[in-house]
Amino acid sequence: MKKHSIFLCLLLPAIVSCGRPASEQQPAAATIQIKGSDTELNLVQRLAEQYMKKAPDARISVTGGGSGTGIAALINKSADIANSSRAMEQSERDQAKANGVDPWEVVFAMDGLSVIVHPSNSVASLSLDQLGRIYRGEIKNWKEVRGPDAPISLYGRQSNSGTFVYFRKTVVKGDYSTAMKQMNGNAQIVEAVKSDKSGIGYVGLGYIKDRATGKVISGIKALTLGGPGPALSPLDPTSISSGKYPLLRPLFHYTNGKPSVTVLNFIRFELSDEGQSIVEHEGFLRVNEEYQKQNSSKIGS
Amino acid sequence: MRSLTRETLIEYLFAATALLAVGILAGIFLLLFTEGIPVFRYVRAGQFFSWNWNPNAYDQPDYGILSQVLSTLLVTGGALAFSIPIGIGAAAYLSEIAAPRTREFIKPMVELLAGVPSVVIGFLGIVVTGPWLARSLGTSNGLNALNGSLLLGLMSLPTIVTITEDALRAVPTEFKAASLALGANRLQTLVRVTIPSAATGVIAACMLGMGRAVGETMTVLMATGNALAPPQGFLDSVRTMTATIAIELGEVPFGTAHYHALFVIGFVLFIFTFLVNSISDLILLRFQRKMHG
Repeated sequence: MKKHSIFLCLLLPAIVSCGRPASEQQPAAATIQIKGSDTELNLVQRLAEQYMKKAPDARISVTGGGSGTGIAALINKSADIANSSRAMEQSERDQAKANGVDPWEVVFAMDGLSVIVHPSNSVASLSLDQLGRIYRGEIKNWKEVRGPDAPISLYGRQSNSGTFVYFRKTVVKGDYSTAMKQMNGNAQIVEAVKSDKSGIGYVGLGYIKDRATGKVISGIKALTLGGPGPALSPLDPTSISSGKYPLLRPLFHYTNGKPSVTVLNFIRFELSDEGQSIVEHEGFLRVNEEYQKQNSSKIGS
Repeated sequence: MRSLTRETLIEYLFAATALLAVGILAGIFLLLFTEGIPVFRYVRAGQFFSWNWNPNAYDQPDYGILSQVLSTLLVTGGALAFSIPIGIGAAAYLSEIAAPRTREFIKPMVELLAGVPSVVIGFLGIVVTGPWLARSLGTSNGLNALNGSLLLGLMSLPTIVTITEDALRAVPTEFKAASLALGANRLQTLVRVTIPSAATGVIAACMLGMGRAVGETMTVLMATGNALAPPQGFLDSVRTMTATIAIELGEVPFGTAHYHALFVIGFVLFIFTFLVNSISDLILLRFQRKMHG
């Protein structure tokens, strides 16, 4: 008899979980599922923590995986909010439509995508054109951009990353060099460049800014970037506030249609002065006026 | 009568659980096959046999898998170059030389190594072995095939040590006694008698270790840099088949050529590991027959 009861114990959980009616799984909907961008991950986690302190009923879970993964999750209806560091593409919008998902967009923070090198590298500044040629694999040695005679070792993100897509679209304008090492996230690129004297990488501003001083963290150097104009640093407040830093980009949330009250309250918190201070404290940038206008026309006040 | 039917019922139940594994295997095979086949609606078969893999390209997508296949072979080969000599050495020590108490201490440790999560080993690759390789080889970074090989060698070590040790211990003591009686010393006995008699078992152990290395994902994903260029050697960054699937399957739009192409890679990988494991099982079976039959 004893043996049987052990057997039953083993089987029971399986049977119970199979037979659970759908209604019992409903409370899960109260948890806001946020998924996507690795660049936004820490920031949104921090925002969610602070929000949950103020609204104890709220449950928010934030996971990464890359912007592409987040958008795919939104399309498959397995996430309430998709974090994305790039705008949704037309093909994705079409796909969403086909799946009965109507993407709704809000900009909750901004990022000055930063290009980093080892501190020992004598190169301090690059033009976007040079940067594009480096990442396309056309410039292979640092001496071609007035640096040391050393082969450039490229670090970038993987194709599921919004930053990968954004950087390719704005800077590379072609395919990345196949020699580029595809890293798993911003933090990995920072670590790799710290230990690689001839490395170059691109990461979100929040990953290189020291919280206390607002300067770049030790072990890496942030390049100043010149588009057509003079070279600007992502860490210089004026180049950011003027909107002239060439890789200034919005960080998006996408939801399916105008979000429910629960989700909207969280987004309102993010856009509040308190939320935006957290954004700044995490090393990213406040939403600028242009996107503030866009947001308020969508959300209403 | 009642107990008899219960008995048969339970027998059937257990038969069903055993068949489940076979069923799942067949299911996986079928899934990979049916999900992979539609890619040929968009892509010619010949395109898979080229070097460039770039399905979400800026303009023209490429579906060549040769670079990844080569990367997987390179990393696996390198891993075995580390783990086979060390594994056989460790197993020989454990089964032939070590005192029982030492063995009781070391063997569980080796087995424990098998339980270290691959993400932890990958992390080790980023912060310890990678920088160490870069320093000692004078390269700018250590995210290359050699780093992956080192870590995968470490991970396939427990498999190789455990099975090789079992094989060595299964060699009848008469063989060793005869060899020693003929005047051979212990080293000669080990190298010329014990290991050759256990050869099939040792080969099977290496093949199973290889199967482990081929299928490993997280560690290589973290430690080898994932560059798409075809590797020229061990100091180049590589992207294995497993890493490609892990990186790209999460975001690929369902039903596109890219989606199906990833299943083709999965299918190739499956066939690969299936062959390696089947061959090692066959060898192991032959070894057991030889020893006990």
